[in-house]
Amino acid sequence: MTVVVLIAIYREVKGWAGVLLCSTSGPMAHSVRRDAPELPDFSLLKRLARDQLIYLLEQLPGRKDLFIEADLMSPLDRIANVTTLKQHDVDKLYKVEYKPIVSTSDQLCFLIRPRIKTVKWICDVVNADKAFGRFRKYKIIFSPQKFYACENLLEEQGIFGDVTTDEWSFYLLPLDDDIISLELPEFFRDNFLEGDQRWVRTAGSALHLLHSVYGPFSKLYGIGRCSKMAYESWREQVEEGEQRARQAEIGNVFLIDRDVDLVTPLCSQVVYEGLVDDIFRIKCGCVEFGPDVTSSDKSIKVMLNSQDKVFNEIRNEHFSQVFGFLSQKARNLQTAYDKRSGMDIKQMKTFVSEELKGLKQEHRLLSLHIGASESMMKRKTKQDFQELLKTEHSLLEGFEIRECISYIEEHINRQVSMVESMRLLCLLSLTENGLLPKDYRSLKAQFLQSYGIDHLLTFSNLKQLGLLVEQQPGETLTVMESRVGKLVNDKTAGKLTDAFSSLAKKSNFRALGRRLNLVPKSDEEYDLRVPRDMAYIFSGAYIPLSCKLIEQVLERDGWTGLEEVTRMLNGHEFAVTAGSNGSDARVKTDSQRIILVMFLGGCTFSEISALRFLGREKGLKFIVVTTAITNSARLLESMLDNHA
Amino acid sequence: MAFITANWNPLGEAFYRKIELYEMGWSLRDGLKDCLVAAAPYGGPIGDARPQLEIYSSSGTNMASFPWKSGPVRQLGWTVCDDLLCIQEDGTVLIYDLFGAFKRHFSMGNEVVQNQMLEAKVFHSPYGTGVAIVTGASRFTLATNIDDLKLRRLPEVPGLQGAPSCWAVLTQDRQTKVLLANGADLYILDNTSCTPVTPPGLSPQACSIVNMAVSFSYKYLALFTDSGHLWMGSANLKDKLSEVDTKVRTPPKQMVWCRRPKSQQPSVVIMWDRLLLVAGERQHKYTLDEESVCVAELDGVRIVGGSRHELLQEVPSACQDIFKIASMAPGALLLEAHKEYDKSSQKADEYLREIKEQSVLGEAVRQCVEAAGYEHEPETQKTLLRAASFGKCFLSNYPPEPFVSMCRDLKVLNAVRDYTVGIPLTHTQYKQMTVQVLIDRLVYRKLYPLAIEICRYLKTPEYQGVSRVLKHWACAFCQTGVNFLDDMGPIMSGENQTLHSTVRTSYQRSMVTYLKNEMNRGDFFMTLRNQPVALSLYRQFCKHQEQDTLKDLFNQDDDHQELGNFYVKASYKEKKLEARLSLLQSAVDEYNKAKNEFAAKATEEEMKLLRFQRRLDEEKGEALLGLSLQETLHALLTSNFHKQAEQLYRDFRVPDKRYWWLKLTALAEKDDWEEMEKFAKSKKSPIGYLPFVEVCVKQHNKYEAKKYVSKVTPEQKVKAHLAIGDLEGAAEAAIDRRSEGEISTVLSRCSPTTDRALLERLNRARSTASKK
Repeated sequence: MTVVVLIAIYREVKGWAGVLLCSTSGPMAHSVRRDAPELPDFSLLKRLARDQLIYLLEQLPGRKDLFIEADLMSPLDRIANVTTLKQHDVDKLYKVEYKPIVSTSDQLCFLIRPRIKTVKWICDVVNADKAFGRFRKYKIIFSPQKFYACENLLEEQGIFGDVTTDEWSFYLLPLDDDIISLELPEFFRDNFLEGDQRWVRTAGSALHLLHSVYGPFSKLYGIGRCSKMAYESWREQVEEGEQRARQAEIGNVFLIDRDVDLVTPLCSQVVYEGLVDDIFRIKCGCVEFGPDVTSSDKSIKVMLNSQDKVFNEIRNEHFSQVFGFLSQKARNLQTAYDKRSGMDIKQMKTFVSEELKGLKQEHRLLSLHIGASESMMKRKTKQDFQELLKTEHSLLEGFEIRECISYIEEHINRQVSMVESMRLLCLLSLTENGLLPKDYRSLKAQFLQSYGIDHLLTFSNLKQLGLLVEQQPGETLTVMESRVGKLVNDKTAGKLTDAFSSLAKKSNFRALGRRLNLVPKSDEEYDLRVPRDMAYIFSGAYIPLSCKLIEQVLERDGWTGLEEVTRMLNGHEFAVTAGSNGSDARVKTDSQRIILVMFLGGCTFSEISALRFLGREKGLKFIVVTTAITNSARLLESMLDNHA
Repeated sequence: MAFITANWNPLGEAFYRKIELYEMGWSLRDGLKDCLVAAAPYGGPIGDARPQLEIYSSSGTNMASFPWKSGPVRQLGWTVCDDLLCIQEDGTVLIYDLFGAFKRHFSMGNEVVQNQMLEAKVFHSPYGTGVAIVTGASRFTLATNIDDLKLRRLPEVPGLQGAPSCWAVLTQDRQTKVLLANGADLYILDNTSCTPVTPPGLSPQACSIVNMAVSFSYKYLALFTDSGHLWMGSANLKDKLSEVDTKVRTPPKQMVWCRRPKSQQPSVVIMWDRLLLVAGERQHKYTLDEESVCVAELDGVRIVGGSRHELLQEVPSACQDIFKIASMAPGALLLEAHKEYDKSSQKADEYLREIKEQSVLGEAVRQCVEAAGYEHEPETQKTLLRAASFGKCFLSNYPPEPFVSMCRDLKVLNAVRDYTVGIPLTHTQYKQMTVQVLIDRLVYRKLYPLAIEICRYLKTPEYQGVSRVLKHWACAFCQTGVNFLDDMGPIMSGENQTLHSTVRTSYQRSMVTYLKNEMNRGDFFMTLRNQPVALSLYRQFCKHQEQDTLKDLFNQDDDHQELGNFYVKASYKEKKLEARLSLLQSAVDEYNKAKNEFAAKATEEEMKLLRFQRRLDEEKGEALLGLSLQETLHALLTSNFHKQAEQLYRDFRVPDKRYWWLKLTALAEKDDWEEMEKFAKSKKSPIGYLPFVEVCVKQHNKYEAKKYVSKVTPEQKVKAHLAIGDLEGAAEAAIDRRSEGEISTVLSRCSPTTDRALLERLNRARSTASKK
């Protein structure tokens, strides 16, 4: 019986392989430097989080119902499954829905983020119980920490005495071997738009946790105001706590603010993992492939990480290379299955018991990724993806800007997609250092006509963040500066200049691009099969600024020689030697080549791919810690203010 | 108790006592030797420079310490608000707060820069803190108030070369003057003139006045001559009080007045290296075992040494009456009576009866209460207050206020005298200084919890008390640049080990709660304006909690842009159209004020659109309200309201391209091919005709699509043909245009089923095109 099923599947695969064979194929595997160090084992972080959660749950003995904040559900799932929770007397699980509750339990436990809205809802629940004369025990577990404002609200609502509160220091969720997320998507808006720095300490604590488990760090670099504050918060915590001498697993740390480089996350992603995120949205390391991918009537949730052997090999590849790889893979699979013919019973038995399972697994994954690729291909051609990319590349290179503006105009007029239109507008503004006043007005007016007046507020946000601004006549600033400069002494004048430049939020993209060579010359042919630099993640059109900075700073062991660059990026750069045992030759070996890069405000899969590439080139290993995985859509959606 | 008079020393009619205030907590290697020391009055802090600047509280607790990197400091001094002045040789005055943070600096003028300063004095007057300087050119420069800097150069002193032998700053008749001695000659220097003066009855043996001291109140003057005589008199030099021969001829190191208000006893404390002399009508000598500095106070002299900090003062009369040996004053008897009462001895009754017989029980109670205020030892204070309380029991109409307020005052005083706080105020000083000022000083020292505790204890009105402190506290937090709301979080949960005391925690809690109080909101907003971090936080907080506060905040700031945004946001929530329109009108007004014409115009258009939508909804029963302009147009076009759509198109100056796109898609969606054809022919399409082809194909109508292929521009021909799946047509067009790229595109769309001949033609054409 088994064999029959097997053949049926095999046919299916063969069919695909036939389609795929005609697309380009090429050598996929990159030469990996053999001396690349091993990554630390981050599953420890999960274990720590689970143990603490269990401890907290046991603080409320007896059976209880657990209410979980919606966006904590997936992360929680990666830490403790339902069985574990049930083992610790959790009766029913509910998602926080901001509605009256139906629970009959005498004990309620709330696992939430420290958000005013959620706390307010809990207050309503408790007060409703009180009105009914119902007595229950309540416990709120804030993750990863509580804010004063939350407790204050409890007090204000008169239920401070009725609830107990706790903190679940679940700062870090390892999404993969080399990706750790804080799962705080609101970080970007709160910190960079609203100027709310509450999360800075959270970031500092997360870094401290990594430091105490995998440290001590020997060198820290960083750029950006928030990074600097997070670094300071980390240092304070290190100074407060006790130092344990241990073998460091992570040597160097690089902190970077998202607003240092806003161009990169706004570019269309063309590397497989990034593209999957752009199209299907990867949530907490997991993606849901719909019927168009699975070729059946139901959706399938797939974990995307290095455990998925097929995915692991294509995740960092330029999309144009993926088909070739998958067809090769299909052929290999076919060969593996083909071994079956001519086997005797005994060999067949071994084959079934040893190889078949692996093959079937691979087969399943392969068909999923082929499905995904096809679906992506369909979508991307439908909206004339090539033209979109061409416009993007023109913007990055600074060519044919007028044509780009007409393209964007048409994009808006045809209402192709609100977020996409906005993305192009922002990209135009960022690369051109702002729009000409005439364009600024007309494009905004057309945008409002297309997508609604309520985006007026969105524009106000975009302007504040420097994502979409009007070009300032260059002189005015300098005149003002020099005038003020005469009145006050140099130091203050320097500060004022800082203030002005941050006020103007110039992106200086062109100058940065020239200085750091971010945009390779377009007349050269770029062979995507053999990437020669990080630009391959954008089809050879652009090296992500964020990753280039990291490369440069690591190469120079600091910011020397990059003064002009940091000035254009509004400064706040630092490079500190933290460890006293930096001279220890033994430490220099492995941990020094493991670099933790922390993105404050989110990073994209493309950037991670670029860093992986850089790591392979330089014999380094990068670990990416991010407040959340982001992409252009998430970033822009967080800027929206078009609803109440 | 028995030894209470042990440190008393008689001096004429009065007694003087020296009380130890603190054992100094500092560890100075060589005591105060070779240090430049300045101590602030009213129990203020002590500054100390060279080569390191160090600031200590009165108990010797270090508050700041940093290496001095600026020019050489010649004089230190404290301002009335506890800022440290460091006067450099070139007349530059640097101001630091008492935690050593640099505040600002100013110069005493070019004259000082050129000639360098010889000596400087910091003085206090009703106008504030002043600085006086004498330069190498023997000229005086004066600033009466450093916060309102007006430099005055005083007239030349005839015959003066180098520094005068001694000098002092006087405040008389609301004028600041300098009194100086040049040998035996004495001059008064004011803004316009230099007048020689003679102190009445100065003994003639003297050939030089070597030191002088002006009293705390500027009323009295003391002169010390090289003959060892001390002359004391009024500062206006009209009366002589007394003259004493000290028999010491060495010029003293320091000389300060030591008298309490209302005392008839003139007395001056003179200090030499190891000798301290209290000179009044008589003299008393103390030997000093270490380098010390005298600080004049309102009611005595503080003596700061390397290991001790003492207060030398005339024993107040109330204390004298009670504690003087064998005193029969009413207070002394009452104290005795209470002592016996405690021992359950009947003698208590005897003493009491004696007081009552003289009907001086009220006086006795008063004396005890008053004396308690002058005592530093809490035990003695308690004994006296208990005695007073005991005496009060036998009085029916004795007003309770003095007793109660004394108890309160003492509790406050004992708290601030505490070693950790280090403000050794006497009761007299406290009364002179007022609670307000004391609170300010505590705030300035960042002792917020104590300040709040005192305000609460004294029931100071919120506005002047707790709120004010909280405000300062909040500001201090903001200044650190740390997000204070959040900073609270970890502190509250006990994470921050440096601030673990529960008392502090509860204060910090109230500090933040204060933010939400209506009280002083205007002030608070104004303060926040300068703190961008705190401001944005507060805005966040308001966004969640108090929308209206947010509006007030923007109003206060005249932030019209944000106010406009606020109204727009509010309009979303509003269901009723009229209310919505009026909110939008408010937004328009604000945007206009913010000079944001774009936003104003956009909002006005939105209002126009809303009105238009309502009219149509009412007339035609559509549901357009709330749609964007584009959506409205689309809805109108699909519902065949072409006239209305045209109107909108004109009224809102919709770009032609946009309108064509819209109309085209709307017609295609309705499958209204006839209308589309008419539309295509109405005039030249601003978007070209490829969209027509594409839209038709999208609606799966290749037949219609073909109609437009011929109208497409040559550049788009290939695309158009491909769109309708006409490979041959595409190939023809591509070959016609001889474009390699386009031929390749066509080729890529060929399949194994494609006509061979066509393929060959294409390949041939491509090779010719590429050769070009």
